[in-house]
Amino acid sequence: MVDLLQQVFNGLVSGSFYALLALGLAVIFGMLGVVNFAHGAFYMLGAFGTYILLDSWGLGFWVALLVVPPVLFVLGLVLERTLVHRLRELDPLYGFLLTFGVTLILQDLVRREYGVQSQPYQAPSALSGSVDFGLFDYPTYQVFVLVFSVATCVLVWLLFTRTRVGVVVRAATERAELTRALGIDVGRWVTPVFGFGIALAGLAGVLAAPMRAITPLMGADLIIVVFAVVVIGGLGSIFGSVVAGFVVGMLQAVANLYVPALSQTLVFVLMAAVLLWRPAGLFGREERVA
Amino acid sequence: MIARRLGLGWLAVGLAAAVALPWLVYPPVALDIACWALFAVALDLLLGFTGLLSFGHAAFWGSSAYATGLVAIHTGLPFPVAVLAGAVVAMVLAVPIGVLSVRRTGIYFAMVTLAFAQTVYFGANQWRSVTGGENGLQGVPRELGGVDLSDPFVFYYFALPLVLAGLFAAWRVVRSPFGRVLVAIRDNPARVRALGYPVERYEVLAIVLSAGLAGVAGGLFAVGHGFASLQEVYWTTSGKVVIMTVLGGIGTLWGAAIGAALLVLVEDQLATAGFDGINLVTGLVFVVVVLLFRRGIVGTVRHLLRSRRGRGLPDPEPGVEPASAPEVEPVR
Repeated sequence: MVDLLQQVFNGLVSGSFYALLALGLAVIFGMLGVVNFAHGAFYMLGAFGTYILLDSWGLGFWVALLVVPPVLFVLGLVLERTLVHRLRELDPLYGFLLTFGVTLILQDLVRREYGVQSQPYQAPSALSGSVDFGLFDYPTYQVFVLVFSVATCVLVWLLFTRTRVGVVVRAATERAELTRALGIDVGRWVTPVFGFGIALAGLAGVLAAPMRAITPLMGADLIIVVFAVVVIGGLGSIFGSVVAGFVVGMLQAVANLYVPALSQTLVFVLMAAVLLWRPAGLFGREERVA
Repeated sequence: MIARRLGLGWLAVGLAAAVALPWLVYPPVALDIACWALFAVALDLLLGFTGLLSFGHAAFWGSSAYATGLVAIHTGLPFPVAVLAGAVVAMVLAVPIGVLSVRRTGIYFAMVTLAFAQTVYFGANQWRSVTGGENGLQGVPRELGGVDLSDPFVFYYFALPLVLAGLFAAWRVVRSPFGRVLVAIRDNPARVRALGYPVERYEVLAIVLSAGLAGVAGGLFAVGHGFASLQEVYWTTSGKVVIMTVLGGIGTLWGAAIGAALLVLVEDQLATAGFDGINLVTGLVFVVVVLLFRRGIVGTVRHLLRSRRGRGLPDPEPGVEPASAPEVEPVR
């Protein structure tokens, strides 16, 4: 029972990463119709940025948490303006291919500079040690990641539901045509939203730095799992992607306890089940064939 | 008539190139080109002629590479039999993947196939006792009734008939009534459905056929290299074959082979020159092709030929429809 609880906790923590990445992926997809394969690469850049700040300038985790996401926001703006924007009128498959190419480039650039072995990073001293939950001890840093991610998701949720900008973005994400028809200029939000999604990926990368292996490939393997997560949640749905992220993380961890061999592939099995049972995703809307 | 003669002319050029290849380049590279060419043509059968972007074709290439290797190692059967066995395994694997994947279209199809391929990757990684895990499957023999195939130059000519048979099969499929239905599905699935065709069944069949051809290519690759590794089922392999097809020209069939040859040659040149950053170059090729060269090599040539003759409408760029809002994706 204690084991199970602990696994649920582990699952929620890895679910935090899925949720943050899936959230960014969902808003970008909604606004641009682009499935951003490079999302994992930006997560990786977030982690490397954190490492580089410490390694080259001696700036610690808290600075990274403040600095890295804005830097990636700007990087996202640049990427959208210079490359992604040019494919706006085309089949979304080209956006996927483009960002795939960007992924290969970013990964290889980092690999050439830092090699494939993982870079060391310590959790900040304020968050080292563990928290006593009565039944079991749990590393403080992991608790911090969980709380911070949930808080971020809630903040983003408030931003989307309580502010005018958020409502416009959400409307455009879920019903782009209709939003345009209401006379709202969706176009001017496209670039900032892309940057925002990238910044979320970068934030996830910063959070990952002290607890995951920092390698050039850390994002690519993760992003494919996140793709499955958003298929499960329904890619058009912001809420669905976040919920699916946490649920998948938890189920994976529980599976790890009972059937360890299955834990890596479980997410894909779940995806297959969702495709059979509800192809639009758990929170996606079904649309009939015209 | 002229078109037919032109076609025969190109066929002769292509065959001559295929036969001459090991004289022109290092023989193992020639074999790589042949394998990747068939793999890319198999992908174009889906992408160009059915309108489905599979981003998980490494699952078929790789599963066949492992199956071929296992058959060759454990039974000692002649290599063409092992390769065909591998292709059968790939086709069997394609049935559940296909049935599930065609429930989504467009970009979702790409994501779903990618995810399924990753399942195969994790499976191969975990099933160490059979696949050798990270060490890969070593010592795949080149057996053929006692003929000495150790020279890559000789082996190329024993492998080539299988590749050509695969290419011919792809060409036949495209030219068949079945192939016409596939093209119609690509262009207007709703209308094809209204005409009474079971669209999903056609799509699954196309996936299975494509998987079989990719399997032949992957099996030969494993025999040619003497091993099958996790690289064969990794997502980079899926991506590489997509860029080969796009580079050559989506929907041109032979273009995919040219794209494959080009990319293999470039990567080989870079590797020989000791340049450490092959993925960097592949990624740049991806970005440049997608931004500036969407018709691909053969597509561009055809476009130029056609507009010079000034007859008919020029080829549209593949997929130049305005991006539709995500929520109108038809769910089946």
